[in-house]
Amino acid sequence: MLSKRVIPCLDVRDGKLTKGVKFKGNIDIGDPVETARIYYEEGADEIVFYDITASAEGRGIMLDVVDKVASKIFIPFSVGGGIATVEDMRAVLLAGAEKISVNSAAVKNPDIVSQGAAAFGSQCVVVGMDVKSVAVSDAVPSGYEIVIHGGRKFTGLDALDWAKTIEALGAGEICLNSIDADGTKEGYELTLTRLISDNVGIPVIASGGAGSPAHMARALTEGKASAALIASIVHYGQYTIPQIKKYLSGEGVKVREVW
Amino acid sequence: MLAILEYNAGNQTSVRRALDHLGIACRITNDPALLASSLGIIFPGVGAAGQAMDELTRTGLGELLKRQVDEGKPLLGICVGCQILLDYSPENDTKALGVIPGECLMFHRALTDEDGAPIRVPHMGWNRLTREKPCEILDGVEPEAEFYFVHSYYPSPAPEYVLATTTYGARFCSLHGRPGLWAVQFHPEKSGRPGLKLLSNFYQYCRRTGHAQ
Repeated sequence: MLSKRVIPCLDVRDGKLTKGVKFKGNIDIGDPVETARIYYEEGADEIVFYDITASAEGRGIMLDVVDKVASKIFIPFSVGGGIATVEDMRAVLLAGAEKISVNSAAVKNPDIVSQGAAAFGSQCVVVGMDVKSVAVSDAVPSGYEIVIHGGRKFTGLDALDWAKTIEALGAGEICLNSIDADGTKEGYELTLTRLISDNVGIPVIASGGAGSPAHMARALTEGKASAALIASIVHYGQYTIPQIKKYLSGEGVKVREVW
Repeated sequence: MLAILEYNAGNQTSVRRALDHLGIACRITNDPALLASSLGIIFPGVGAAGQAMDELTRTGLGELLKRQVDEGKPLLGICVGCQILLDYSPENDTKALGVIPGECLMFHRALTDEDGAPIRVPHMGWNRLTREKPCEILDGVEPEAEFYFVHSYYPSPAPEYVLATTTYGARFCSLHGRPGLWAVQFHPEKSGRPGLKLLSNFYQYCRRTGHAQ
């Protein structure tokens, strides 16, 4: 029986975490490599790096980070942020990442999804979807619209249609982020998560809004997500990954308990 | 030294990083002499079976692998490498190496999970093994340990080769072979401590049997 995955997400800029992660004893760690190693040891099932570097120089630093992470952790990890071409994908995969994630690049050029899947296999290609709730209209019949640029720009794409489109193009997985829930710590957007999960045949990672393990349990059961992305609830020492897994297991959610 | 087979359809560097971490000497190579002089060969694979098999045929590495297995060289096939050791895969209608009798099958989307929902394909994530026969590369691995899978096809070898099974919609063979010739559908190099233990066990077997020439 497949386990539901618990996935910490780390934001990186110029090779450093944008916010330090506090572990036991309040040790503040700004190094993405060491932080990833600790999450690996704690039982994270996968790790997501989101590179918010703008400069070309910073991108080179990120490849170096990916290479170091790959030598220290032996679970899958993905890298997203600024990947726009097959060559960008190749560089990150060769540096040792298991998967790459594209978001606004896929909106601007959907062919990147099929090109990536053809070159490296669907299992490598995660499509990130940033979604906002909007009024139901002919253009957006689901009432959920795809947004880009951190939620500042509406695209006119219906989230449900877009999910089906990227699945058909060869995406191996969807990382579904609710911009409305993101940062609230009030729980994942369950209606959206369920809507997308019910209508695609590829795994969906729920993202945005996690404030407690109970929120994660709901996303993984009612929301039917295959995995839950988490950030601040683990980064600031509120919960550890073993605590989260123990809670999920107690709620009847199958998780990986031996690592 | 363990050889990691170099061809254009593998995740060789991930395997190398895992072996480096374990302190096991290894080389990514397609050099027949190095493959022959290695203690054992790891045969990784990602992507589609057809493309991988085409590469093995084009380069002659497929025949070389078969010869090494016949001569008793320990071999560990991973993911697509595990599938290609069988006779046939319906993925791209591929005639495979035929080192182990059997074929690959595709996960039917009509299969359902324990909640009655259709399974998602690929089977992606962590899952357990049920041991069907004693298998020394699992020595010291906890029964509840999970391994990382990502695949749409699965091996279906002759029953006597089934060493462990995994359940996803239905029960399928996730580890097959015989002593000295093992094939795993999951990725030990991405399966945390239990996966590293399996790789280490393979190396220890190679050392004990000493097939270096």
